[in-house]
Amino acid sequence: MGALWDPFLDNLFMQRALAAGLLVAIACGIVGTFVVLRGLAFLGDALAHGVLPGIATALVLGASSLAGAAVGAAVMVGGVTLVTRRSRLSADTAIGLLFVGMLALGVVIVSRQASFAGDLTNVLFGEILGTSNGDILVQLVATVGVGLVSALCARAFLLLSISPEQAQVAGFRAGLYHGVMLTLVAVTVVVSFTTVGTLLVFGMLLAPAATGALVARGVATMVGVAVTGGIASVVAGLLVSYHLDLAAGASVVLVTVAIFFTVFAVQALRGGARVSHVGHRH
Amino acid sequence: MGAVSCRGLAVGYGRDAIVQGLDLDIAPGTWLSVVGTNGSGKSTLLKTLVGLIPPVAGKVTALGAEPGDSPRRTAYLAQSREGGFLLPLRSRDLVRMGRYSVRGLLGRMRPDDDAACRRAMEALDVLDLAHLPLGRLSGGQEQRVHLAQALAREADLIVLDEPTSGLDAASRARYREVIRAECRRGAAVVAATHDVGEAAAADLVLLLAHRVVALGPPSEALTAANLLETFGVVISELPEGLLVMEPTHQHHEIDP
Repeated sequence: MGALWDPFLDNLFMQRALAAGLLVAIACGIVGTFVVLRGLAFLGDALAHGVLPGIATALVLGASSLAGAAVGAAVMVGGVTLVTRRSRLSADTAIGLLFVGMLALGVVIVSRQASFAGDLTNVLFGEILGTSNGDILVQLVATVGVGLVSALCARAFLLLSISPEQAQVAGFRAGLYHGVMLTLVAVTVVVSFTTVGTLLVFGMLLAPAATGALVARGVATMVGVAVTGGIASVVAGLLVSYHLDLAAGASVVLVTVAIFFTVFAVQALRGGARVSHVGHRH
Repeated sequence: MGAVSCRGLAVGYGRDAIVQGLDLDIAPGTWLSVVGTNGSGKSTLLKTLVGLIPPVAGKVTALGAEPGDSPRRTAYLAQSREGGFLLPLRSRDLVRMGRYSVRGLLGRMRPDDDAACRRAMEALDVLDLAHLPLGRLSGGQEQRVHLAQALAREADLIVLDEPTSGLDAASRARYREVIRAECRRGAAVVAATHDVGEAAAADLVLLLAHRVVALGPPSEALTAANLLETFGVVISELPEGLLVMEPTHQHHEIDP
């Protein structure tokens, strides 16, 4: 049994990775729930990739990568808001092009660096085993903030999930709360990228919440399942990575995605009403 | 003071008016049925009345103020809603959301909120579905639960966009009783429909076809000539009432 806790007891880097990972799991579980409920998965993906040029520019300039990511996210939120309001194309097309463009721009900027491949890998997949106390502190502040704002806005977010128009008539300004929700996603992505990377943070945002949607009958339960599943994935992923010498961030995300598909498969095999219903109603 | 008042109102998107020149007064306790085909301007008018879109021209007041200024006293049921089947909510949770505008972001729900939700669910015969997840409901059941959410607000102005779509004949009859009860309570109800039979049960009927075809009590507004102008295809009179044929070949019978 020592194999389960010795890695954490014996290694400071594993303790820091665990602390950062748990905070990422909590923030992503809360924000991811609203991303799934509102059907913003693609937009969340775009935001996660949109921070790349900001981080890359910060790398080239020797500035704080966190500040660079924040600028990148702000540009992406602004861009997404603009194209979804003004474009005659479907939002999917506009957001898709925006995020591929930002991804390419990020890679182009990073390619100016001598340590191109290493830097890019760190940005895309994170350095959970290289987490510093400063990273953990930033993540802690962000997770508490995300939790408080989500609790404060929960009713507005729920109404938005049913119908932005009905939310507006009920006195909850749809544009304002949509903006708050996008900001929460952006903040979560920005502070989580050092831990799990811009590519993998999307998995942490989506998979635990999607698992919650499969099994929960209430939004509070869904958040609970998402957070618990995320935490379990972090612990299991880190252990698998430690013992088998695998990439840590990717192992964590792989576990959380595996949990989703396992629950999905079990429900499908049982012929669960919920799964069959989802399949029938488009 | 009227619940809704419009003078020279033009509704539409941006500068493009879909319907214009609308003069309308709806008193408290009145049921107005807005009738027309798809694209005739019904939904646009309803959205203007609840403040979702500004009028293109003219004046409109709702509950004595600008539309949208009285969220606690206004209930609105949109025609289309987003992915309800994905929401891990039970029916009663959805109905309770109707009380959020009364309690705000953080106000504690009180016993009178629960009582209002219970009354709305009883009225629409969905009390026995209270504990079922939304994903388990049929289309008609889900529509009744959404209607219950709108009624749980106990609003003074209730605006419903095609509230009976997906409802069977028994549920439609029950819906009419429920709306009548809301009017007796003093609420003004504006409901869009292309069901002429439903419109015949209202106090006032507004026929729209990109313009105001007729406005008045059903006996005056629902004439063969007006319905021909509204629906545009064929109308034949039958001994038991009018039979209106729409381009989509839907049939609506009404009492003469």
